[in-house]
Amino acid sequence: MRPLKIIVLAKQVPDTRNVGSDAMKPDGTVNRGKLPTIFNPDDLHALELALNIKDRIPGTEVIVLTMGPQRAADIIREGYYRGADNGIMISDRRFGGADTLATSYTLVKGIQKLAPFDLILGGRQAIDGDTAQVGPQCAEKLSIPQVTYVEEIISFTDTEVVAKRRLEKGVETVSSSFPCLMTVHDSSPACRSRIAKRVMQYKYARTRTELKSRSTDEILLSLHEKRPYLTIPEWGVEDIEAEIKNIGLLGSPTKVKSVESIVLTSEESKVLSDSDADIEMMVKELIENHTIG
Amino acid sequence: MKSVFVYCEVEDQKVAEISQELLSAGKRLAQKLGSPLEAVVFGKGLKDIAEQIAPYGVDKIHVADDARLEPFRTLPHASIANEIIKSEDPQIVLFGATSVGRDLAPRLASALNCGLTADCTILDIGDHYVSKEKKEYKDLLYAIRPAFGGSIMANIINWDMHPQMATVREGVMKNEIFDENYQTEIVSVDVDKILNDEDFIVKIIERHIEESGVNLKEAPIIVAGGYGVGSKENFNQLYQLSDLLGGEVGGSRAAVDAGFIDHDRQIGQTGVTVRPKLYIAAGISGAVQHTAGMQDSSLIISINNDPEAPMNKIADYAIEGDVSDVIPKMIKYYKKNAK
Repeated sequence: MRPLKIIVLAKQVPDTRNVGSDAMKPDGTVNRGKLPTIFNPDDLHALELALNIKDRIPGTEVIVLTMGPQRAADIIREGYYRGADNGIMISDRRFGGADTLATSYTLVKGIQKLAPFDLILGGRQAIDGDTAQVGPQCAEKLSIPQVTYVEEIISFTDTEVVAKRRLEKGVETVSSSFPCLMTVHDSSPACRSRIAKRVMQYKYARTRTELKSRSTDEILLSLHEKRPYLTIPEWGVEDIEAEIKNIGLLGSPTKVKSVESIVLTSEESKVLSDSDADIEMMVKELIENHTIG
Repeated sequence: MKSVFVYCEVEDQKVAEISQELLSAGKRLAQKLGSPLEAVVFGKGLKDIAEQIAPYGVDKIHVADDARLEPFRTLPHASIANEIIKSEDPQIVLFGATSVGRDLAPRLASALNCGLTADCTILDIGDHYVSKEKKEYKDLLYAIRPAFGGSIMANIINWDMHPQMATVREGVMKNEIFDENYQTEIVSVDVDKILNDEDFIVKIIERHIEESGVNLKEAPIIVAGGYGVGSKENFNQLYQLSDLLGGEVGGSRAAVDAGFIDHDRQIGQTGVTVRPKLYIAAGISGAVQHTAGMQDSSLIISINNDPEAPMNKIADYAIEGDVSDVIPKMIKYYKKNAK
């Protein structure tokens, strides 16, 4: 089996599963700055799938591709720590405000710079939007087939891959020719942990922009000179030859008209203790009004 | 007049329930717009499929009947839908937020270069003034969905790229027949003219459909547990209570993530939407992610240590206490008092 070239699409997301009250602004919108950021959970499953293929087919190359603001470089470092061979960061203020259509356009411009490739893997969806759209949109723009909700790669040949998909009601085994794009379901194995040796090796990996920051010292700069692999490639609008009309807000057909914070309305709640008397009273009421029994 | 399109999912000659809900919702939008409602349906053996679709008030049904179109595969369905949408130019296209709709719709949106809003729970028609253009856009689709883990509801619109597309969550739109005898027009799609070998690159080798034994949607009583239940073992009490009451057991996302309960029992924005006559929320704080999927329950009991838990605010009975104390007491007093 020939080695594959795999691109993993990964996103840094606010940890929406832990939205505390301090993360909500008084007008009901979310204060993204107050939320911790994490590696999108489904994308970690995609990374594991890629690394698993690399284990099975020596020589396979795993490249993590992310798009986001500078702090998303954490995603690239995390990819290195867990075993990715390379990482690329697409970052430019002009990409900001993109919906899924503009995001997929931008990612595809980056992917095309990395072509040829065999497999593109991404999580099924990102927890900050749960849309599950960017994967299929990238596949369409690349004119390659998509296999969504992948749980397991069953086999490969040089030209074909067989995968198991997890659907609402069961599983489906499908084959596709290369190249193709797969979105990975969270029922697939969880991602392996960081490898201590790789953390040591890559903890000083930085993008060009990060290196320009005030906290950068001479030691870090000379380290990057000696070990060029530590400098994370960073691509802006011109590097990927993106057209301004297709990126950021301009390239996004969907717009947020309004957001409404959800305030749960309280009707008349009966507040009870956990005493026997209270609970028996409640159960009796429910039986009497035929809710139960 | 620009129409409202619904992509209907069909399996074994039966229109899926989500598609029936979409047709109902699509009809309401079409009536507001004064536009026709049209359906597209791809599958095999669809000779009589119009009988199931027309009563929703569908004016035109585009049928692609070909053995290769079932079970669903992305590429042939996308190619045919793309062709129909390009030639018919609908204003709105709706899909179910199912494994099929969420696979197909984004691919189509990319091909059509149009906007797509995922997982809507409310659809409406309204206007929008774009101040930069000093122009009022009339009769846009308001695609309203929970966002940010369900902490906000966002109204998403799209005024400059056609069509306006949305996927809609299962179980949130009311399923209602419009007119049993509604007269419809059937258009047969020439599949061979559209499809080529490239569309069949992905091959289905095996399909193993497990009808999940869990039917939360139909259950009259649901005993749901959250992270506060504490462990998988503690969920056993919930099963005991639900068996006794003739209900089903569900869980919050946190309980599923913690491995206390299976994925197919998840209730909430990213799980199933339910509206039983009794919902017992055990150790569920009540994040909107969860309440979005159960707040229409007729009667809600919340069991929580924390009297300030948001779930208590929507509950009819808020019991302050430990799940592991309260559930056995409910079992005990039900047994004692039930006839």
